[in-house]
Amino acid sequence: MRVCSGFDAALIRPAGHLLPFTREKENTPLFHLNRPLMPSDPVLTLAGISKSFPGVRALSDVGFSLYPGQVTALIGENGAGKSTIVKTLTGIYLPDEGSLTVGQEAKHFSSPRDAWAAGIAAIHQETVMFDELTVAENIFTGHMPGGTLIDWAEARRRTAALLKRIDADFKPETKLKRLSVAQQHMVEIARALSHEAKVIIMDEPTAALSSHEIQELFRIVDQLKAEGHAILFISHKFDEIFRVSDRWVCLRDGEKVGEGLTRDVREPDLVRLMVGRPVDQIFPKRALTIGETVLEVEGLSNATEFEDIGFTLRRREILGFYGLVGAGRSEVMQCLFGMSRPTRGRVTLEGRPFVAKAPADAIAAGIAYVPEDRQHQGAVLPLGIRENTTLASLGAHVRYGFLSRNSERAATRMLGTRLAVKAAHWEQRLGELSGGNQQKVVIAKWLATKPKVVILDEPTKGIDVGSKAAVHDFIGELAEDGLAVILVSSELPEVMGLADRIIVMHEGQMVTAVTRGGPGWSAEAIVAAATGADHQAVAA
Amino acid sequence: MTDLALRPSQPAAAPQPKPRYTVADRAPRRLSDFLLRWETILVILLAAVIIGNTLLSPYFLDLYNLADTTYNFSEKAIIALGMALLILVREIDLSIAAIMALAALAIGSLAAHGVAPPLLILAGLGVGLLCGAVNGLLVTRTGVPSIVITIGTMSLFRGIAQVTLGDQALTTYPDSYLALGQSYFITMPPTPLSFLIFLVLAIVFGVVLHGTAIGRQLFAIGANPVAARFAGIRVDRLRFALFTLSGLLAGLAAVLLTARIGVVRPNIALGWELDVVTMVVLGGVAISGGVGTILGVVLAVFVLGLATFGLSLMNVPGIVINVLLGLLLILSIAAPIVIRRFFGRF
Repeated sequence: MRVCSGFDAALIRPAGHLLPFTREKENTPLFHLNRPLMPSDPVLTLAGISKSFPGVRALSDVGFSLYPGQVTALIGENGAGKSTIVKTLTGIYLPDEGSLTVGQEAKHFSSPRDAWAAGIAAIHQETVMFDELTVAENIFTGHMPGGTLIDWAEARRRTAALLKRIDADFKPETKLKRLSVAQQHMVEIARALSHEAKVIIMDEPTAALSSHEIQELFRIVDQLKAEGHAILFISHKFDEIFRVSDRWVCLRDGEKVGEGLTRDVREPDLVRLMVGRPVDQIFPKRALTIGETVLEVEGLSNATEFEDIGFTLRRREILGFYGLVGAGRSEVMQCLFGMSRPTRGRVTLEGRPFVAKAPADAIAAGIAYVPEDRQHQGAVLPLGIRENTTLASLGAHVRYGFLSRNSERAATRMLGTRLAVKAAHWEQRLGELSGGNQQKVVIAKWLATKPKVVILDEPTKGIDVGSKAAVHDFIGELAEDGLAVILVSSELPEVMGLADRIIVMHEGQMVTAVTRGGPGWSAEAIVAAATGADHQAVAA
Repeated sequence: MTDLALRPSQPAAAPQPKPRYTVADRAPRRLSDFLLRWETILVILLAAVIIGNTLLSPYFLDLYNLADTTYNFSEKAIIALGMALLILVREIDLSIAAIMALAALAIGSLAAHGVAPPLLILAGLGVGLLCGAVNGLLVTRTGVPSIVITIGTMSLFRGIAQVTLGDQALTTYPDSYLALGQSYFITMPPTPLSFLIFLVLAIVFGVVLHGTAIGRQLFAIGANPVAARFAGIRVDRLRFALFTLSGLLAGLAAVLLTARIGVVRPNIALGWELDVVTMVVLGGVAISGGVGTILGVVLAVFVLGLATFGLSLMNVPGIVINVLLGLLLILSIAAPIVIRRFFGRF
């Protein structure tokens, strides 16, 4: 931490000279907005912003304004250019064309520091902070109070004041790693406030939060609004957009396709704007004849995470696994896939006992697992689309002992086209694609192994409506093609829309299993079982 | 992605109904990509070294001088091939020089008892293989980072050699064994055995790394070991194999080195691990894993070998050569990064 002190002086000056008030007044609202500003006075204006990457035009002539005391929702599919906008606003990307005006002043951000200095702060989907440092250190990294030596007492005092302002219930001395994701978001908000940010960008802040935590976040958003901050709110969830936003801006394929007041618009209109076509939000469940049993699991247990899991899975069947985060669903699936060994239990695949000592065994036996954590477990971001697509099925492309690039290219073209992967070329590095397209490539990798059983773990987590509908369609297609599908999801409409049966897990145990159309096939009953409410009722 | 500034921006797309996108099979070929490739830079560096040395010394471009100078780097270069694969998968083996000491000790002791040359070679290779397997087991079973494990085994292996040998030197070897390291294996063009082995191994390693499924799996492990495991790659098995291979190559280097110098002392090959790592890093293998080519390593071997040779022709003392090579390493690694940042910022 102490190394930061050298930077502090440099950082604090540009931030300081913009600010008309002293830091002692942290408990008072920032812009004294008891008298509301004219809504026609934007705090930040983007005009004609364009940005290209090799082969992809990420933004083309995008312009909009943010107003003090208003929440603007930025909506669009994955790859529509939302992240590029955020990165442009926070000084990570330099736009090729266009202008950025803060207040009355034209700005040119060449580093994140410039953006901070201009009063723009971002709260990211996955927090980018320092786990091993305290809350106070995280908030004041880069602008610690004090001169050559850090004034720790002052840092703690200011942190406490900031935390009080947003009603946070943790201490400045707490290490960040001890906090929940929701609390870490609050630290990021406090950090933005410590910079006296006028514009706060929230990039999918609710993605990893529980519903209670989301309400808490909305309360803070309302408070920041009342204090006169301009907020850019990015989310895929329409209920949230309608709950918090005053205005909306919609992007599609890097272009602005509409903007307006939230109260004047309805959800289907926004969806149509985003995807450029109406999307059937209701899942078309395909009528399929379910085939013979493929996978049988009996009494599968491991030491800590799950106990006595048993089910059967048949061809052309989609079996849903629903439960809260931490219910042990992913652990069961990873155990089936050979990532961990069970302490007890038996697995039978197509009538033969099956033991997976490693994922390679599971793949060879015809089980594919699309992991939950795309960035770390699913995708090899530095490698290209082709190399990712064929990674789990390299054996199919070996000719006379060598890999055949032509054979790989053919497979990549076929699967990539089938999944509608959007890219400049098939050799493009996966890290350059949007999240939705990365996920499509990961799914392509698993389909290339020609599996009999496909396990999809939260396949639509953090991807937009358009890609989501495509993935849903695709899951239906897999079942139609005769595969047996396990769908692990925390989104109830998704599981209920797609699955033939749903197994509900709670704290490592199977609580109940319901069949489409049968008793207990209702959202209320399933949620009650997943939260343990049902469980306790039975016990009592 | 390095050439954003060099490319004219595309004209704005006309608003017409079009298929939303088409995806090309291959990346567009661009001159700037080729020029900024690490191997291109190494070729330029190598050309500079050769031209510079030729101008400065009339003895540089002499076939026999050049052949003799390969003796000085071929043994290290052989080990560098294995080290390149290890560094590619985010591992490192700092015990290779100590493994050489142990293998050389085995060769020297057996030779002193009159054991035949083929068995001496087998003993050297066997000891190397065994030590490498020990490293591999420790790394894959304990999960302790390989830099820690191999610093430990470096002391262990070298320590065993020192305790066993004390201040003696083993100097008795059959003539046919010494001939392996002290004569040309091919007479025209003059080619020492060690250099020939290096060239053959380099081709084999290059083909395996860049042309086979195992090579692709190594790149995947280096780029993202977790995702590689999820993709069914037997990560630990490959890691173990690479450490064993590294030990085997160190054993091979020990066979060639003892045959060349005809004497084994406990400090044999002392400090070679850093020379080897230098070759690999200058060759463009990223220490963070997932990036590198065998061609790059081979070019780096020649750059370092010929630069050293040229400097010694000019009677530059060895310690000064070390300073210059250190500067060369830093400069050649920093320069492309600076150039890339200058051209390709976004």
